[in-house]
Amino acid sequence: MVTTSTIGRSVPRREGAAKVTGAALYTDDLVVADAWYGQTVRSTIPRGRIRSITLDPEFDWERVVVVTADDIPGENVVHLIRDDQPVLARVGGEIRHREEPILLLAAPDRNTLEEAVRHVRIDYDPAEPVYALEEATEVYSTINIRKGKDFEDVEGVELVVERSFRVGLQEQLYIEPQGAIAIPWRERGAGSREPGVTIIGSLQCPYYVHRALKRALKLTDEQAVVVQAETGGGFGGKEEYPSMVAIHAALLARKAGRPVRLIYDRHEDLAATTKRHPGVIRHRTGVKKDGTLLSQDIEIVLDGGGYCTLTPVVLSRAAIHATGPYSCPNVRIHARAVATNTPPNGAFRGFGAPQSLFAAELMVEHVAERLGMSSVDLRRKWMLRLGDTTATGQTLTESVGAELVLDAALKAASAVGRSGGRAVKRGRGLSLVFHGSGFTGSGEKKLQGTLAMEALADGTFRILTASTEIGQGTKTIFCQLAADALGVGLDKVDLAPQDTSLVPDSGPTVASRTAMIVGRLVQEAATEIKDRLQRERAPIKVQKSYVQPDSIHWDETTYTGDAYPIYAWACTIADVDVDMTTGEVRVTDLVTAVDCGKALHPVMAEGQIEGGTLQAVGWATIEEIKMKDGGYQNDRLATYLIPTALDAPRIKTILVENPYSRGPFGAKGIGELPMDGPAPAIIAAIHDATGVWLDEIPATPERVLAACASR
Amino acid sequence: MRDVTYLRPGNVRDAVQLYRTTPGCRPLAGGTDLMVMLHAGTLRPAPRAVLDLWSLPELKGVRRANDVLEIGAAEPYTGIIGSRDAQESVPALVAAARTIGAAQIQNRGTLGGNLANASPAGDTLPVLLAYDAVVVTDRRSIPIDEFFVGYRKTALADDELITAVRLPLGRDVVFRKVGTRAAQAISKVVLAVSREPARIAIGSVAEIPLRARRAEVALERNDIAGAVAAVADDIRPIDDVRSTAAYRRQVTQNVLRELLDAFARG
Repeated sequence: MVTTSTIGRSVPRREGAAKVTGAALYTDDLVVADAWYGQTVRSTIPRGRIRSITLDPEFDWERVVVVTADDIPGENVVHLIRDDQPVLARVGGEIRHREEPILLLAAPDRNTLEEAVRHVRIDYDPAEPVYALEEATEVYSTINIRKGKDFEDVEGVELVVERSFRVGLQEQLYIEPQGAIAIPWRERGAGSREPGVTIIGSLQCPYYVHRALKRALKLTDEQAVVVQAETGGGFGGKEEYPSMVAIHAALLARKAGRPVRLIYDRHEDLAATTKRHPGVIRHRTGVKKDGTLLSQDIEIVLDGGGYCTLTPVVLSRAAIHATGPYSCPNVRIHARAVATNTPPNGAFRGFGAPQSLFAAELMVEHVAERLGMSSVDLRRKWMLRLGDTTATGQTLTESVGAELVLDAALKAASAVGRSGGRAVKRGRGLSLVFHGSGFTGSGEKKLQGTLAMEALADGTFRILTASTEIGQGTKTIFCQLAADALGVGLDKVDLAPQDTSLVPDSGPTVASRTAMIVGRLVQEAATEIKDRLQRERAPIKVQKSYVQPDSIHWDETTYTGDAYPIYAWACTIADVDVDMTTGEVRVTDLVTAVDCGKALHPVMAEGQIEGGTLQAVGWATIEEIKMKDGGYQNDRLATYLIPTALDAPRIKTILVENPYSRGPFGAKGIGELPMDGPAPAIIAAIHDATGVWLDEIPATPERVLAACASR
Repeated sequence: MRDVTYLRPGNVRDAVQLYRTTPGCRPLAGGTDLMVMLHAGTLRPAPRAVLDLWSLPELKGVRRANDVLEIGAAEPYTGIIGSRDAQESVPALVAAARTIGAAQIQNRGTLGGNLANASPAGDTLPVLLAYDAVVVTDRRSIPIDEFFVGYRKTALADDELITAVRLPLGRDVVFRKVGTRAAQAISKVVLAVSREPARIAIGSVAEIPLRARRAEVALERNDIAGAVAAVADDIRPIDDVRSTAAYRRQVTQNVLRELLDAFARG
C-alpha cells in the first residue's frame, strides 16, 4: 500500500476531538479516590522575616494536615538555576516577596480547609522593601556583548540618537490555572523500596518537576514519577512554576498518607505565579547622514522579582536580540537583571526578546525620523543578510529571511484601505524582528535531548518523548514526522504518555525548540527503525539524542559565537484606530509575514502566529498590572483584562518557507516569534495616527491621552 | 465560602416576610455580583442567608402601560435586550444592558440587582438617572434621583424590596461607556445624557452614580461649552485599579462634548 506523506498538510489534531467535546481530562477533572484538598498559606508582607507561626488552639488540628519547612525531607529549595528559592519560608527565614509560600494545609473538604486557614497566624518582622529598578542593588546576572569598538571610539558618526523605553509586567493567562495531584505510593511490606510519589499535573516540562521533586523530597529517580495531564496552555507559565506546586502537593500527600489535590483558583494563580519581566532599555545609536548604521550602545535592566527563577536565561535572550535584526559593526550591550521585593518573574513566550526588540524596533523609527528617511528604507539598509554577522559575531550562513518577510508583508498590506471617523485617527506601523530557535548558545549541547521510538509487534509504532502538548501541536506534528519517515499511515503511530517512568528526557517544551530540535530526533529514530525493519522483526526500540553539529561554536565566557542554531523572522504591519475623545487604541488590521522555514502543519502554524499576535496586542495595549505594596492590584479576571474576540484585529498571516538545513523538512521554531513584532508596530502606528511617540507599554488610553495633551 | 442559608420564596409577599424576619439576610437577584463577593469573602457584613428573588414571576417582564415602560426587578438583561417595547422606548437602556458582562452575565443580571448593589460603576444606573426612572418597591415609589445616598448605599429600608423600575416614554437619551476593552469590562467612565429635559448622568466618577447638576444648568441654557466646563466640578473621580482621576475627568469632559455635539447635529 502506498501511503502519502502528511507533511505540510493540516491533518486533524491528535487531541483535538477530545478537547472540543469535553472528553479531555485536565488535572482538576481527574477523580482520585480518598484525595484531600490542599492549600498554600502565603506571606502578606513584601519583605522581612517570619517571627512566628501560630496555630490557634481553638481549632482541632487533628482534622487537617499541616506542613511547614520542618517537614521537608530533602533540601528546602526549588531546584532550577540558583538555589535561592525555598519550597517554604521557615520561621526566622527571609521573606522576599508577597504571596511567598510559608505553610501548607490539607483537609478532607474545602470548608474544613478554609476554617483551618483562618486559624493560622503568621507574625513578621517587616523590612523596607525595594521596588524601583533604579534603587535595586542586588543583581541576579549580567551579560556584556561586545562587537567592534566602544561607542565613543567609532569614527564617522554624524548623528547620535538616544532614547529610553519601558515595558510592563504581563500574565501568561493560560486558560487552566496551575494544579497538581500528588499520589503517595503505598508501602509494599517489609523490605520493599522506600515509598515514592506520583505527580499528575498541568505542566510543560515533566523532567524539571522530576528533578525538583527528587531534591526537595530526597527521592531517587524511580521514586519520583511525573505525569502530564491534558494541559490547558502554558506560554512559559508552566515551565518552572509547576515544580513549586508539585513539591507542595507531594509534601502534603506524604504527610497525609493519601493523595492531595493542590489546584489554584484564578485569583491565587494571578496573585502568586510568575509574570513577564518588566524592564527599562536605553539605546544610543550612531549613524551617518545617509543612514549607514555605525554603532549601537544598549543598556537593559530587567526586574527579576524576589527570586532568581529563570531570570539569567531570560536576560541572555533579551541581550542577544537587543540589536534587532540588523547588521552593525560596533555593538555594546550591557544587560543586567536585578532583584526587587515583588513576586518572581519567569518564563513567558518570547523570553526577554519581546522586551528588547520593542526598544530596538522603535529605535529604528526614531533614527529614521531624525534622518528624515522612511523607516522601511532604513530597515532595508540595516537588515541582516546572508553572510552578515550578528552582535555576538555569528555569521549567518543560511535561511536569513529578513528581506523575504519584509517584502511579503508590504505586498500583503498594500490593499488595506485608510479611513477615519470624526474623532478617530488611523495610523499604520511596521516592525521587523528575528527570534533564535532552540536553546541559547551551548544549551542544546548540554541538554542532549533524548527521544525513543518503538516498533511494536502489531505493526504500530510508539514515540516516547517528554515533549508535551500544551496546545501548540506537539502530538500531531511528531506523528506526522514519524509516519512520513516510516512510510506508514498516521493511524499506525502514537505517543506514549508524558510520564517520566516511561519516556526519556527530551528536554523542556520551551524555547521554540520542540518541532525543530526534538522533531528532528523523531525523524532520525523513525528512519533507523525503518532501516532495521528491513533485517529485523518488531519489537524494536531505538533511542536518539541531540548531537550538536561541529559547525556551531559558542563561547559562554566572551558571549561570542553562534548564539542560536538558526533564526526565524517576521515582519508585522499594524493598523490602528485611535479615539481622540478617549485615547482608546483599537488595532483593526494586522498583517504578519513569518519565515518559519517550513510549515509542517499550516493551520497550526497560523494558529500559533495568530494566538501569539493577539497575546502581543494585549501586552502592547491593555494588559496592565498596577502594583500596590509589592502586590499586584490586577489579581482577578475582573481587573486583569486581555483582548476579547471583539478586541482582536483582523489578522492576515503569510507563511514564508525559507528552509533550514537541519530542521525537519526545513522547519524552524516559531512558537515565540509572534510575540516580538506587534508591540513596536502598534506604537509606531499610534505615532502615525496622532504624531505622539510613546516610550512605554501598555499604550493604555490614560497614557495615550496624556501624551496627546502634553504635545 | 461559609455556610449560608438559601431561601427561595414563592411570591413577593412571602419574600418580604422572610426578608423582615431572617437575620443577616441578603436578597439575590441574579447573583452576578453577590456570588463573586460571597466567594471572595468581601461581603460585609457576611450574610447568613440569601433570599433568591430571581425566579419570582411577579418580578419578571417588560410591560408598556400608558406613558411608562415597567421592567420587573428580576427581569434579566437578556429579556430587556430582546424586548421590542424596550428597544423602541428606551434604546439607551438596551444599549447599556448590552455592554454588561458576557451573555451568561446578561442571562442572570437584573436591574433590581444593579440598583440594590448600587455600585458607582453600575452600567445601567446613569441611564436610569437620565430617564428619571422610578424605583418601585413593595411599599412605595422612589425617584431614582433620591435612590443613591452613599457608597453602595441606597434609600431602601432594611426590609424593603425592589419590585420594578418605571421609565417614561419618548425621551431621547444617549449612552456611552468607556472601558478597558471592547466587551466584558467594568467602566472607567459611563455617561447617559438627555437633551430635553437636560440630564447628564455619570458613573465611575464618584462614590455614587450621579447627576451633574452644574452641567445640567448650563445645558438648560444651551451652553454646551459651559456644560463641558462645569461637569469637571460635578464629579469626584479617584485613582483606582481601572483608571486615574485625571483620565476620568478629561474623558468625562471629552465624551460629554461629543455627545452634546451629536445632539446639536441631530
